[in-house]
Amino acid sequence: MQREGQVRIPSGCAISGMINKTGKRMNGEAIIESIAVMHDRSNGLGGGFAAYGIYPEYKDYYAFHIFYDTVFAKKECEEFLELHFDIINLSKIPTRKIKEITDEPLIWRYFVTPLPTKLGESQLDEREFTAKCVFRVNTRIDGAYVFSSGKNMGVFKAVGFPEDVGRFYRLDEYEGYCFTAHGRYPTNTPGWWGGAHPFALLDYSVVHNGEISSYDANRRAIEMYGYKCTLQTDTEVITYIIDYLHRKMSLSFTEIASVIAAPFWQTIERMTREGRDRHEYLRIMFSAQLITGPFSILVGFEGGLMALNDRLKLRSMVVGEKDDTVYIASEEAAIRINEPNLDTVWSPKGSQPVIVCLNGGEA
Amino acid sequence: MAVNFIYPDYEVARNYDRCIGCRVCERQCANEVHEYLADSNKMVCDDAKCVNCHRCVTLCPTRALKIIKSGNTYKENVNWSGKTINELYRQAESGGVLLSSMGNPENYPVYFDKILLNASQVTNPSIDPLREPMETKVSLGAKPRNIERDESGRILNNLPPQLSLSMPVMFSAMSYGSISYNAHESLARASEALGILYNTGEGGLHEDFYRYGENTIVQVASGRFGVHPGYLNSGSAIEIKMGQGAKPGIGGHLPGAKIVDDVSRTRMIPEGCDAISPAPHHDIYSIEDLRQLVYSLKEATNYKKPVIVKIAAVHNVAVIASGIARSGADIIAIDGFRGGTGAAPTRIRDHVGIPIELALAATDKRLRDEGIRDYVSIVVGGSIRSSADIVKAVALGADCVYIATAALLALGCHLCRSCHAGRCNWGIATQVPELVKRLNPEIGYKRLVNLLTAWQHEIKEMMGGMGINSIESLKGNRLMLRGVDLNEKELEILGIKHAGE
Repeated sequence: MQREGQVRIPSGCAISGMINKTGKRMNGEAIIESIAVMHDRSNGLGGGFAAYGIYPEYKDYYAFHIFYDTVFAKKECEEFLELHFDIINLSKIPTRKIKEITDEPLIWRYFVTPLPTKLGESQLDEREFTAKCVFRVNTRIDGAYVFSSGKNMGVFKAVGFPEDVGRFYRLDEYEGYCFTAHGRYPTNTPGWWGGAHPFALLDYSVVHNGEISSYDANRRAIEMYGYKCTLQTDTEVITYIIDYLHRKMSLSFTEIASVIAAPFWQTIERMTREGRDRHEYLRIMFSAQLITGPFSILVGFEGGLMALNDRLKLRSMVVGEKDDTVYIASEEAAIRINEPNLDTVWSPKGSQPVIVCLNGGEA
Repeated sequence: MAVNFIYPDYEVARNYDRCIGCRVCERQCANEVHEYLADSNKMVCDDAKCVNCHRCVTLCPTRALKIIKSGNTYKENVNWSGKTINELYRQAESGGVLLSSMGNPENYPVYFDKILLNASQVTNPSIDPLREPMETKVSLGAKPRNIERDESGRILNNLPPQLSLSMPVMFSAMSYGSISYNAHESLARASEALGILYNTGEGGLHEDFYRYGENTIVQVASGRFGVHPGYLNSGSAIEIKMGQGAKPGIGGHLPGAKIVDDVSRTRMIPEGCDAISPAPHHDIYSIEDLRQLVYSLKEATNYKKPVIVKIAAVHNVAVIASGIARSGADIIAIDGFRGGTGAAPTRIRDHVGIPIELALAATDKRLRDEGIRDYVSIVVGGSIRSSADIVKAVALGADCVYIATAALLALGCHLCRSCHAGRCNWGIATQVPELVKRLNPEIGYKRLVNLLTAWQHEIKEMMGGMGINSIESLKGNRLMLRGVDLNEKELEILGIKHAGE
C-alpha cells in the first residue's frame, strides 16, 4: 500500500491552540485536555502538538526533531548534519510507552547551529541555509524526516488519537507560552507518522482543518521557489506558503491573511482607496498563493499565533479570551474545558485573521 | 478534360413539395448555386458551386432545403481517400498550392476531449455560484520578483501594466480585411460590454473603433500594416504576432480584391494591392531581435501597455516561450495547430504544429521548472470550443484563452471553411458591401455577449463543483484533471493522472 506522500489523503480534523500574551509558560497538560474534548473529530490516525518557548536553555539553537525508519538512515543523516552544523546536544526524544501508540520510528532531537564556514560558503542567510538543509534531508535521505526545525519550539506528532500522542511524548513535562494541537481524521491510512500535524518549517508551524481545493495550484507555484512538497498534504503547502510570504517576501501576518484568504473582488471594490489599492496589489501579485476551499488554520511563529478561516468560513473556529490568555479551537467546548469563565468568546468571520503576539511584539 | 471533373461532396436537396419558388435561396447565395428557370417555373441548383454554408437552408421559409452528403464515392481505399484523390486532381489541373480556411479539420486527437474534471464529494463542500461569490476575474501581465515599500512600510505598487478581464477569455486576432467591418464592430462592442478584450489582427484599426481602445489589443505583425504611433497607443495592449497556429512558419496574403476603400486606408496600402505579410519579421531573425522590438514598442507607448508575443505551437514551443519570457514580454500567447485562419495553404494547416493542450502543458511546466512562470502570463487559443475547454486549459496552466472560431460561429459562421473565397454569405469573411450588411452588429454583439455570459456561468458551475471560488486557484491546478484513453507519455506531458488513479 502507498504511504502518505505517495498518495494524497483528504482529512477532517480538530484544532486547538492557546497563547499567553505575557509570555508566561503553561504546562502542556492543558492543550492535551483541550484537544481530548474533540475526540470524535479525530479517528486515531494522527495527532500532534507544536509548543513554543519550551527550550529556553537552547533558545539560540535550531531544535531538529527527526523521525528515522532505520539506524542506517540515522547514521547517514547524522553524517550530513555534522558536515553542516555544530551539534550542541543530541538525544532521543523522551517518550512514554503506552499501548495506544505503536510502531514508533526512532525519534531524535538535535540542537544545532550552522557551521560558520559552510554558512559563509553558501552565501545564504542562516535561516535559508537551515531550511535548505531540512529539505535536503527530507528529500534525499531515505528514511530520515525532519519534522521540526525551529528555535525554542518543537513539534510532537504521531499516528494515534491526539491525547494519546500527548501522553506518549510526555507533553506534561514541557512548559511553553504557546501551544497548538491537532487531531486528525484522515480518510485513509497514512502509513507513517510524517503526515500527522502540525507541519513545521523553521519556527513556523501549522495545524489545519480542511481540504483546500487550490492544493495543486498552490503546490506547483510554491515548488518554483525551492520548496518540495513531499507529503501531498494541505498543511505542508500552507506552511511553505507562509514561510515564503513571511520570511522571503517580508509580508506581515495581516498581509499574509489578505493573500491566502483574500477578500472577494466585490468586497475590495467597496473599500477606501488605500485599502483597495493594497488588496488589489496583493491579489494580483500573489494570486498563486490564494487558498480556496475549506480551512481553519492556526499558524504558530516565534512570538505569536495567527488563526485564520477560509473566505467562506467553511470550517468552525472559536476564539476565547481570559486575561492574558487567548484560546482558539474548532469547538467552544475545547476552550471551556480549560477556562470556563471567559472574558469574551466569539467566532471570527471568514478570512478575518486573529493575530496574537507576545506583548511588545508585532507580526 | 473529363478527369478535371470532381463530383461535389455535398448536394442541395430540395423538397419540391415544399418549395414555393420564392427565390430567397437564389438571392441569398453569393456563390450562385440556385437559379430560377422561368420556363419551367422551377428552382434548380448547381451543387458544384455550393460551399455548404447553410445560408439558404436557414432562410428558406418552408424548410424545403437541406444539404446532404452526396454519397458519390471512389472505390474504397484506406490509403487513397476520396479527398486525397480530389486534391491531387485539382493540383494536376492548376499547378497551384491548395488553399483552405478555418482550423485543421483532420482526425488528430483532441486532448481536451480526453480530459475529465473533478468535483467535490464529502470531504470538501462544493460551492453554489448562485449563492456565493464565484470569481472569474483575471489580471494579465508581468509580475515583479519582489515587493517594495516606502519609508512608512506601505507597499508600493510596482506592478507593470496589467490587463483586467471579467473572465479568462479574449477574442483572438482577426484583421479588418480578413473579416468585415460589421464583424469587427460586433467584437469590439461585445468586448466593451463584457469587460474583456478583442484583437485587431494585423490589419490596423479602423478609425471608428478607436473609441473601444480600452478593450482593444493592437497587433503588430510581419507586414506592419496599419502600424503608427496613434495605433500603438490606442489599445490596452500590443501583440507581436510571430506565428499563427493554422500556418506556423509562413506569412499571410490578403488578396487585392479585399483591399477596398476603408480596408486600404486602415492598412495604409493602396486599394487593390495584395497585402503580403512575410513569413518572418524581417527585423527579427533571433530572440535578441525580438527583445528589441518588444522594447521599441514599450518605448513608443511609454511603458504603459503590456506586450504580448504570440507564437504558433510548434515542437519546441516550451523552450521558445521561456526565451520570450526572458525578452521583456508581459504575456505569451500560444496558438494551437487547430487554430482558425482566413486562408492558409492546406498542407501547412493540416500538417504543421502541435495540439495546444500539449503545447500549453509543456510550456507551463517548463516555465515552472525555470522558476519564472509567475512573472509572465500565458494565453492559449486554437481551438477553444466551449467553457469546458476553458476550464481544462486554465487547470493545465493557462491564465486566459483566446477564442475566434467560436466567436464567428456566434455571429453566424457555419464553418463552411471557404473564407478565402471572399464570398461569405454570413457577412463575416467578406468585403462585399451587400454581404457585409447581412451581419447586423447590433444583433451580432448581443450574440457574443450571450455566448460568453453563458460560458461564464458554466465556468462558475464547474469551479463551484470543484470547491474553487476564484479562478486563480484553478490555474495550473492539474490535480483537478484526469485523462481517459491516454498513454503514459501523453499523461506525462499533460502532467495529469489517468482516471482511476
